[in-house]
Amino acid sequence: MKKSIASFLLGTALAVTTAGAAFAQDKTVKIGALSDQSGLYADLGGPGSTLAAQMAVEDSGLAAKGWKIDIISGDHQNKPDIGTAIARQWFDVDKVDVIVDVPNSGVALAVNNVIKEKNGVYINSGAATSDLTNAQCSPNTVHWTYDTYMLAHTTGQALVKAGGDSWFFLTADYAFGAALERDTTAVVTANGGKIVGGVKHPLNTPDFSSFLLQAQASKAKIIGLANAGGDTTNTIKQAAEFGIVKGGQKLAALLLFLTDVKAIGLETAQGLNFTETFYWDMNDQTRAFSKRFAAKMKSSAPPTMVQAGVYAGVRHYLKALEALGGNPHDGVKVVEKMKSMPTEDDLFGKGEIQPNGRTIHSAYLFEVKTPSESKGPWDFYKLVGTVPGDQAFTPLSESKCALLKK
Amino acid sequence: MQALYAQLLVGLINGSFYALLSLGLAVIFGMLNIINFAHGALYMMGAFVAYFLLSLGGINYWWALLLAPVIVGIFGMILERTMLQWLTGLDHLYGLLLTFGIALIVQGVFQNYFGSSGLPYAIPDQLKGGLNLGFMFLPVYRAWVVIFSLVVCIATWFLIEKTRLGAYLRAATENPTLVRAFGINVPRMITLTYGLGVGLAALAGVLSAPINQVRPLMGADLIIVVFAVVVIGGMGSIMGSIITGFALGVIEGLTKYFYPEASNTVVFVLMVLVLLVKPTGLTGRAA
Repeated sequence: MKKSIASFLLGTALAVTTAGAAFAQDKTVKIGALSDQSGLYADLGGPGSTLAAQMAVEDSGLAAKGWKIDIISGDHQNKPDIGTAIARQWFDVDKVDVIVDVPNSGVALAVNNVIKEKNGVYINSGAATSDLTNAQCSPNTVHWTYDTYMLAHTTGQALVKAGGDSWFFLTADYAFGAALERDTTAVVTANGGKIVGGVKHPLNTPDFSSFLLQAQASKAKIIGLANAGGDTTNTIKQAAEFGIVKGGQKLAALLLFLTDVKAIGLETAQGLNFTETFYWDMNDQTRAFSKRFAAKMKSSAPPTMVQAGVYAGVRHYLKALEALGGNPHDGVKVVEKMKSMPTEDDLFGKGEIQPNGRTIHSAYLFEVKTPSESKGPWDFYKLVGTVPGDQAFTPLSESKCALLKK
Repeated sequence: MQALYAQLLVGLINGSFYALLSLGLAVIFGMLNIINFAHGALYMMGAFVAYFLLSLGGINYWWALLLAPVIVGIFGMILERTMLQWLTGLDHLYGLLLTFGIALIVQGVFQNYFGSSGLPYAIPDQLKGGLNLGFMFLPVYRAWVVIFSLVVCIATWFLIEKTRLGAYLRAATENPTLVRAFGINVPRMITLTYGLGVGLAALAGVLSAPINQVRPLMGADLIIVVFAVVVIGGMGSIMGSIITGFALGVIEGLTKYFYPEASNTVVFVLMVLVLLVKPTGLTGRAA
């Protein structure tokens, strides 16, 4: 009897120590960069986002402190079923701790549920839908960089206040387009404007002439583009062809990325107003980072705001892990730690993560330069205004996130 | 009603691309019996060649219209000589798989170097601006695309159906041994035909460069629709593919007006209906 008690005690003691060891000293981390690697969003996220995650790991200096951090990447092809299948495999087979990037709101929301179910960590940078931190918020999710609420309350609001009081929407027919149209509509009507019509077009449409003619016929002052990536570039190019801007209507590129401006060309893109939270040429720190980044990109492109968000998000995640002293492999716990620490990095400056998972940082209103103003291959933007983070993103009082009702 | 005219015209513009591409596919299938899945990639190469000619060599759009089809056509002929010719007499599936593989490789290489957002190509100065037709503002370049591709389509049809060279070609597909007995170099004719089909794809690529982005996946996005056009028109029928190309462009344009959400699928719905009623396609001959 005595012997069995002793061995029982010994066993318990052993179990406690090994569990403790695993808790305190497990310094392995596996990061999964899930993105559109080859389609219309590949340039704004894609391989560049994987690179950003790698640079974040290198810059964290954790390898020298005995951490072992691996990165794998996957292509969700803009299909929610493929995205969730990859996410499940990553958690079940590859033992991934955190999934980053995930552009395409449709895929992002689907993956959000998987990560919550598997208790992983989700640092989304690429998706736009504000639902990620609102109606569909999750204790495992941090949404970096931007969202549809922010886009509507910056670009949208500025245009309405400048006299653009009637709107026609060209909307990508999926979760993202719907969210952006909804959030922008709210801003337009709240500021006394009205919506005179809209068209929902399929994702990845090569020809917009038919939709543009409808927008033209609507006589709306502003044609709001609730689409992204290749769809936006095609719309803007073809709108120029159909003389829409010359006819007195104004295009509102609600979401425009650096790579889109490159693709459109300054000749056509000049004068467009839009909002981003990161631009490579903001200050010495962003320029230094972008130079290192571009040197490693095959296309020599500086980072887009999505890629910058992946970098900043991973840096903050690793800081939280370091503060925890090890990787607990417990998503909720890590995200709570991330929320408890203020964010600060070279790319977005100071900020914070709200209880609903939304990262708050400044947003910048930009205007595309004219060809004569541009002095280099990626010198595209001039800053026209800055919106502080607490005014740019959803106020907590308006958020329907269940995490706030504790 | 005015809006409807405008949509019809816009549909005709897209139809021009469908017609040019499906025409090349029909020529290749009719003469070589190869389902050329690389067609989209070759169309994309046409646009890229135009871009390179302009940005590296300063060679303008008009020369690109001539040079790009020739350059890409030669690339096509090399493909035919080195790979496709070994598939003569085998099941269609082999040709389809081989060309599909070629398409993936070509697209992958371009994507690796140029990303996915694409490169801008300006409309040539002579074709800038637009015409006010009363019911719509028609960009001059779009009008040019419709007229030019109509001319090219009819010229190709004439070449194959009405000239002696075309007669040789058609005879060579019916009975290569007999045609060879008359002293005609059949393999060379087949190679040239493939080159012609590919050249048509490259020509469509140059035409579309100023309208769409010059990007690696521009062909992949289009080729599936074009295959549906060929199936609806009837595999291998030259006139069938031209008429169906334009007609489907118009139907798609109308769908964009009446029910935009379905504009990506309407062509395939039509394809299913046609296959159910007339499995050889609208103008196809029985296999």
